[in-house]
Amino acid sequence: MFKKFQPSTDISGQTSVKSSVQRSLRSSILSQWTIDPETFDQIWPKKEPITLVKCREHISIYQLHGEPLFFQHYDGPLFPTLKILHKYPFILPKVGVDRGAIRFLLAGAHMMCPGLTSKGGYLPAADEGLPAETPVAIFAEGKENAVGLGTTKLSTEEMKKVNKGVGVETVHYLGDDLWAVDKL
Amino acid sequence: MAEAEQPTTETQARPPIQVRYCQVCTFPLEYCEFGSSFKKCKEWLQNEEPDLYDKYYSEEAMQAKLGTLSLEAQSKLEKEAAKKEAKAEAKADAALKKKLASQVTIKRIERTKRKHVTSVHGLEAFGIDLKKAAKQFAQKFATGASVTKNPQGLEEIIVQGDVSGEIVELIEEGAGVLKGIPIDNVVEVEEKPKKKAAE
Repeated sequence: MFKKFQPSTDISGQTSVKSSVQRSLRSSILSQWTIDPETFDQIWPKKEPITLVKCREHISIYQLHGEPLFFQHYDGPLFPTLKILHKYPFILPKVGVDRGAIRFLLAGAHMMCPGLTSKGGYLPAADEGLPAETPVAIFAEGKENAVGLGTTKLSTEEMKKVNKGVGVETVHYLGDDLWAVDKL
Repeated sequence: MAEAEQPTTETQARPPIQVRYCQVCTFPLEYCEFGSSFKKCKEWLQNEEPDLYDKYYSEEAMQAKLGTLSLEAQSKLEKEAAKKEAKAEAKADAALKKKLASQVTIKRIERTKRKHVTSVHGLEAFGIDLKKAAKQFAQKFATGASVTKNPQGLEEIIVQGDVSGEIVELIEEGAGVLKGIPIDNVVEVEEKPKKKAAE
């Protein structure tokens, strides 16, 4: 999503967010991510108002003191930025890719099923299977930190069975243009 | 970001993991090998934090990382990484050369019969904030100055009135934001185009 994103041209506007909207954002985040309220308070303290940065293609980035915290596309699921994910890696379910796929991921490719089902990849076990269209954190074989974020296109069980085509659509990856932006 | 605080409630907040990011390529340290400046990253890390360097690049660490890839695949990856690095370096060199060769062009353009505007073109190659520079010009000359995009798509500063000589002086002095422009790079040109929008 952030392959070609330049803050100078792609931002249509910045607005502050109404507190009712902020409250609903906070509750949807607490329900979507596996995070407890106290930890989330470290990311976004209760009293602080966040700003909404509207970008092209209906992407909204929410930021606090200039630093992007999370974003969403249309009204879809809310994704944390990779920097936040690095600090709190437990907030999204994990999937793993094997080493050979890392460089393609870092160039912005989506993740194909074989990268997830092969020896170096990791998919959650059947009883913890994820349905399609879930936000996940993408980890790489042998690395501690996440490489990127994406949404599952198929459920994890289907990925193991079919093993062809796109498994996880990459939304935000290490070194893309959102990663390069420190302050908006 | 907020530092780790322990609130006095029953459930304690989990503190964030402090990730060390490489200053050269902004990736977390373990991903430097996928960036385009791996050599510089290694050098920097060796100078800054020798123990972390050992942790990532010592012999056993390298062996463990080879992981599930066969030998040919590994050497292929290394070759491609080296190519990518060379390309990135060539790009950086070309950009630097362009910067040195680029000029600041000052044009005097006729607006109506006896009025002129001065256009200053090429300041961004020297890393100058155009808006601030425009404001400075406006203050100095007590006229209007603005930043516009010319038909080629490049940005330039338009100052009302014929102030080309004084602009050269200002650049020579290097006052305010106008730092770091060598005088030889400044070129004055006389032009008589008809501007579509009345300045």
